[in-house]
Amino acid sequence: MDVTHALAAGMGGMRTAGDLVARMQMSRGMRLKEAKEYVAGRLGCTVRDLSDSYAMEQIRGEKGLGRILDHSNLHPGEPNAMMAKFRIAELLGLHINSVERFKELAGL
Amino acid sequence: MEAKVPTRMGDGFMVEMTSSELRADIEAATELAAAKAKVPPLSTDEQEHLLDIYASAAAFTAVDIGDQVVLSCDGGGSKMTGTDLQDLLESEQRLGQDILELWHIEYSYKAIKTILPFQQQMMQNVQMMLTAPVQYGAQPNLAFYSKPDGPAENWFELLPRGDIAGARAAIEEAMDHATKDFIYVGEGMLDAGADGMDFDTTGGAGDGDFFSTLCAVKHLRAKYPEAGIEVGMAGEFVIGVHGELEWDGRRLAGLWPKEQLEVCQDAGATIFGPAVNIRTGKSCCWNTAYSITVTKPCMDVARIPVHPNVGEGVGGVPVNGYPPEDAASRAAKAHVDLLRCDGL
Repeated sequence: MDVTHALAAGMGGMRTAGDLVARMQMSRGMRLKEAKEYVAGRLGCTVRDLSDSYAMEQIRGEKGLGRILDHSNLHPGEPNAMMAKFRIAELLGLHINSVERFKELAGL
Repeated sequence: MEAKVPTRMGDGFMVEMTSSELRADIEAATELAAAKAKVPPLSTDEQEHLLDIYASAAAFTAVDIGDQVVLSCDGGGSKMTGTDLQDLLESEQRLGQDILELWHIEYSYKAIKTILPFQQQMMQNVQMMLTAPVQYGAQPNLAFYSKPDGPAENWFELLPRGDIAGARAAIEEAMDHATKDFIYVGEGMLDAGADGMDFDTTGGAGDGDFFSTLCAVKHLRAKYPEAGIEVGMAGEFVIGVHGELEWDGRRLAGLWPKEQLEVCQDAGATIFGPAVNIRTGKSCCWNTAYSITVTKPCMDVARIPVHPNVGEGVGGVPVNGYPPEDAASRAAKAHVDLLRCDGL
């Protein structure tokens, strides 16, 4: 069922900008239209690009926002996971809880 | 003779219906929903669009390009992929989930309280490895605070005896314990780095269950201003087991999705998930029309994202261990197209 909904109606998570739009909904309570426009503005792309895996693969790579990794799509030396979340927090102007916890625990 | 298309009943069984039969189901469902919830029925155009979605033999359907929405989940993943961390990584990297959820198989706040440090450690590890937001989820399950599972008297035994005052006192005692547990777990998981909390199947034990959740939401919102807080409901209206509980002067018993949303967003939730349970003896087309009709008024008053529940047995998705993709995808498309909702 998870796969069905992801294909039928989902933004695509990290394959696209679904995780970024989701963060604006979770943290700021933004409705979908507002959240998409906010993220597109920060990324400098169109709203339609946000759920386009072709466009977002390029944009995420350029901005270091983390990309899907598999055997034919490896990016050593590029930010992912926690490293990417530092950049996402800065890009979106968000307080990301785990990033703040990381700084605190790492003594940064 | 009018052609028939394969379609599903609410239990997932495949049947064949004509377009006229599907249209009749849509009309009957929206009229019933409108009468019960005291909301407008779907317009003629909306009913026609719903018919277009269901009067098709396609194995799968989807929203238009650009209309995709944010997917949150209650639970999610398989729990069969080695560890929670591997399971969540797979959901992020392979399924493309927008919001992930860490959860334990004993999916109640009362139970999670006893293993909180283990869940906190897992959340910390998960947050190091994932990029997408990860919330923590469990169910309020107020009934677990009554005997024989909990300390309060069992109001479901007191009510049939006519001991209304005793039942209400028992519910209120359980609510005190429950609210403390929801806050204890919520604070613990947010302190461990969670991006948000999910109160899943809220109101499953009635208005007391809902009230305790709202109290916890208000507390967590005040303490963690940027935390995500999702409240997913248990059913289309709140059952008045207590009957006298009010939130800011509004009685919780009997609230339908629009009013449920209003109290949730006032309490501090950032995502609201209405749930409309399936009628197994009706077609999925009937169930989707019913669900959309009672949920639609939410969209006009929402200040926060609305993610209708389209999981197993809710929102027009059959109550079946393996919800058929033809039915689940139609439910998803119908809710997005007709509600213009913010997520699922």
